[in-house]
Amino acid sequence: MAASSPPMIRSAAFAALLAALLALPLLGVRLVDSATGLSLSGRPELVAWAAGGVFCGRLMIDLFRRWLADYAIRLPVLPAPPDWTRFGVGWAMALFALVLPFLPFADRNLVDKATMVLIYIMLGWGLNIVVGLAGLLDLGFVAFYAVGAYSYALLSLTFGLSFWICLPLAGLFAAAFGLALGFPVLRLRGDYLAIVTLGFGEIIRIILQNWQDLTGGPIGISGIERPSLFGLSFKAVPPEGQISFAAFFGLDYSPDHRVIFLYFLILILALATNLFTLRIRRLPVGRAWEALREDEIACRSLGINPTTIKLSAFALGAMFAGFAGSFFATRQGFISPESFTFIESAMILAIVVLGGMGSQIGIVLAALLLVGLPEWFRDLQMYRMLAFGAAMVLIMLWKPSGLLSSRSPTVRLGGRA
Amino acid sequence: MRPPPLLEVHGLTMRFGGLSAISELSFVAGQGEITAVIGPNGAGKTTLFNCITGFYRPQTGRLVLHHPDGKALGLETLPDHAIARKARVARTFQNIRLFPRMSVLENLMVAQHQVLMSASVFSLAGLLGLGRYRRAERAAIDLARHWLDRTGLTSFADSEAGALPYGHQRRLEIARAMCTRPLLLCLDEPAAGLNPRESSDLNQLLCGIRDEEGIGLLLIEHDMSVVMGISDRVLVLDHGCLIAEGSPDEVRRNPTVIRAYLGEPDESAVVLGGEG
Amino acid sequence: MFAVDRYPSVSSFDQAGPFRAASSGVWMEYFFQQVVNGLTLGAIYGLIALGYTMVYGIIGMINFAHGEIYMLGAFISLVAYLIFSSIGGGSVALALLATLLVTMVFTAIWGWVVERTAYRPLRGAPRLAPLISAIGVSIVLQNFVQIAQGARVKPLPPVIQGGVTLDLGKTFSVNISWLQIVIILLTLALMAGFTWMISRTSLGRAQRATEQDMKMAALLGINVDRVVSATFVIGAALAGVAGLMVTLYYGVIDFYIGFLAGIKAFTAAVLGGIGSLPGAMLGGLLIGLTESLWSAYFSIQYKDVATFAILVGVLLFRPSGLLGRPDVEKV
Repeated sequence: MAASSPPMIRSAAFAALLAALLALPLLGVRLVDSATGLSLSGRPELVAWAAGGVFCGRLMIDLFRRWLADYAIRLPVLPAPPDWTRFGVGWAMALFALVLPFLPFADRNLVDKATMVLIYIMLGWGLNIVVGLAGLLDLGFVAFYAVGAYSYALLSLTFGLSFWICLPLAGLFAAAFGLALGFPVLRLRGDYLAIVTLGFGEIIRIILQNWQDLTGGPIGISGIERPSLFGLSFKAVPPEGQISFAAFFGLDYSPDHRVIFLYFLILILALATNLFTLRIRRLPVGRAWEALREDEIACRSLGINPTTIKLSAFALGAMFAGFAGSFFATRQGFISPESFTFIESAMILAIVVLGGMGSQIGIVLAALLLVGLPEWFRDLQMYRMLAFGAAMVLIMLWKPSGLLSSRSPTVRLGGRA
Repeated sequence: MRPPPLLEVHGLTMRFGGLSAISELSFVAGQGEITAVIGPNGAGKTTLFNCITGFYRPQTGRLVLHHPDGKALGLETLPDHAIARKARVARTFQNIRLFPRMSVLENLMVAQHQVLMSASVFSLAGLLGLGRYRRAERAAIDLARHWLDRTGLTSFADSEAGALPYGHQRRLEIARAMCTRPLLLCLDEPAAGLNPRESSDLNQLLCGIRDEEGIGLLLIEHDMSVVMGISDRVLVLDHGCLIAEGSPDEVRRNPTVIRAYLGEPDESAVVLGGEG
Repeated sequence: MFAVDRYPSVSSFDQAGPFRAASSGVWMEYFFQQVVNGLTLGAIYGLIALGYTMVYGIIGMINFAHGEIYMLGAFISLVAYLIFSSIGGGSVALALLATLLVTMVFTAIWGWVVERTAYRPLRGAPRLAPLISAIGVSIVLQNFVQIAQGARVKPLPPVIQGGVTLDLGKTFSVNISWLQIVIILLTLALMAGFTWMISRTSLGRAQRATEQDMKMAALLGINVDRVVSATFVIGAALAGVAGLMVTLYYGVIDFYIGFLAGIKAFTAAVLGGIGSLPGAMLGGLLIGLTESLWSAYFSIQYKDVATFAILVGVLLFRPSGLLGRPDVEKV
């Protein structure tokens, strides 16, 4: 044991040295902007902290690894759960989601955060069709989310249409955008497709930002109509000709009603997305998506036209993003291009990939990890994105094929799966 | 007495840059026949397959596929997926191309995409769970089961295709091609890497496909026991040109072939092994 | 975040609109001025694009964090310049030279550490894993710099002033600042050195071999890990130089400049033909020219749209790029 200690300390010292070098110009010195111009102030203590932290961290990881090796313990590996457990876990999660707002510890804050997580779950499920099933790497998914949000906002403000009419329209618009954007680019191979979709995402955002007359530019659109439940308003003072939800059910007015209503709305939308995906996986289109992901040339030799199949995945994924977008607009009541940056696309993609490419439950877990956890650390706002990025790297290093990566067949001999 | 033609190739030329992989190739493959294409490595056999199945577009030449109902399709004008769908030409690949992470049965279901797609009206009927789609799916599973039985893969139906042993993967690829209900089946070195037992099973399977389904087979093969054992006609390619064609016996006795491919008579045994 | 307008046009020539031009001389002058500005910008993009194209060529991965290395380079160079100019005894040239070296060394270390910790363990993992990891690194680096140095834009007063005026014909002339000349010359020098390294040194040979067939290269005794590391180190050092250039040229930097510059440099790499080193440079110049001319004659808000439109167009009609080799589909 003692014999192997020096190399371990040496490697930790090397890591610490590197950390000090990396930190020196960026942490060790701070650029101070004053009236007389830029000046520098030194912070050597931060470099020391960085080096010390890395030294201890590296040593601890090495010791932990050796401890594992000595005791022949493997790092915990999630075993592929049998199908019935997965099925059961899915139902348990759905049930929990249904009763969540009525649980004793559920306050308005919690339901609000759960709503946020559900939006990302829905977006993840939508993108999963494109990336997880069809294997098309889309880095501009947020564009369709934006199209959905702006379609709802504009349709509702311009024509006074209700949320329930705008919702399908927003989905259709987003799907149409998916078709229009997808048609020219879906021939491209994987990485190129990624970068072109990223470009499209940025183009849409730049247009939203600069087409002042339509989109309000960087200021965005505010005063977006809030949804009602079959004409029952959630406002304290319902508009002319409408009854308030509280009055109809003989309750005292509470702003919580709307929060809970929105929660259920997104829950239903997300579950619908999930059911749709589960179902379509067993249908010819869904199987063709997966086959295309596995081997495009073989698909062509079997008479499958890759373009139509890819387009259908792209358009359907976009449609769900459009639904989610119009929900986002109605929940916030305000939208601006700032909500539709690349970081959102990255976040959704990370959820899909970390979840395990194609696994619906994996996506829920990943969304809880990546969106839910940081939401609780809102106070540490500054460090939130840093932690998010680090989590992306660490989870990939730990499980390169995602949290839940096993796949069950969509059809079995002698009966449907 | 030749059977009616299935595939007619006229003056096919395929060049890559300055290099002619196939030049002025013409031949006819008959219905219900096994036509073998042999020739040394680099003779243009796989290129020929890629032209027939639309993965390459030849510079000149016509490829006509005759359907039993009298319809004739020019393959050189169709994209690859339309050749598979409309002209009903199926193929396997020299380096097996299965859908490795999907199950064996799923591989066979994907092959029946077209039938299922029209039965489900682009999956809409399936989404709504209509009976029409369920019947079509059951029929598809039955066809898949039929080919699983024929290829001896029934017990593997629910396992991952990529996890099968090599010989099984080769057979699965043939089963998958057959599930598209082709008129012409193109097999690119189906016996490569098989042991003698598997190879003789393959012979039986291919003869069975020819005799029971009545379709034409086009076969690239280096294994002479397969070529000579089952083919009705043999085409010999060398440097992209057809140097001989005829029955296996005729080709075996053809002096040009012996010189170009099998080698001089006294050293044929050596070269035969070497070329395989 | 208003990333689009994060590049202020510092050059005073931008203010003279084309439509104020009365005579053809003024028009020509404006045009050539934009070409010079575009080439300078293009040189910067080209240097970043080299890193993308090398890494993609060798391990087939879009190093998404490469743009952030460039951003780090900009900050490191700013810090280094402030230090060296205060102790350098007044010689700007000496301070800049020291800054250049220090920037290259430190960005190279960053590049090495990123490859070592976030990418190397994922070699052989599913195709998307390194990409996600790279996006994560990109987010980490951006936020690290935001926290360490603050979110506000960091200004640096012009370091190299003045320039030369070239008389082109009787009616018009073009101003080229010393800084622009320095940037273009330095880029040319780096390109030349780099080309020499790839074609003549044993590291370059190993690199080319690894690019063609990594497994075979390893079998022949090439230390593939070291070659990949070297690729990242060189790419990062070049991005560091680009960071220094942008600090001097625009005089303002912030933690967010890496994102757009990264995408544009990647576009440049694709445009030139990914894997091709002269292609990356050519692509960089074309993107720089497009951006500068588009801003001058059409609209400055939509200049990024123009870049992306080019990207899409190239990929559709010439997927292998201008100087890339077309890859034949293997069936």
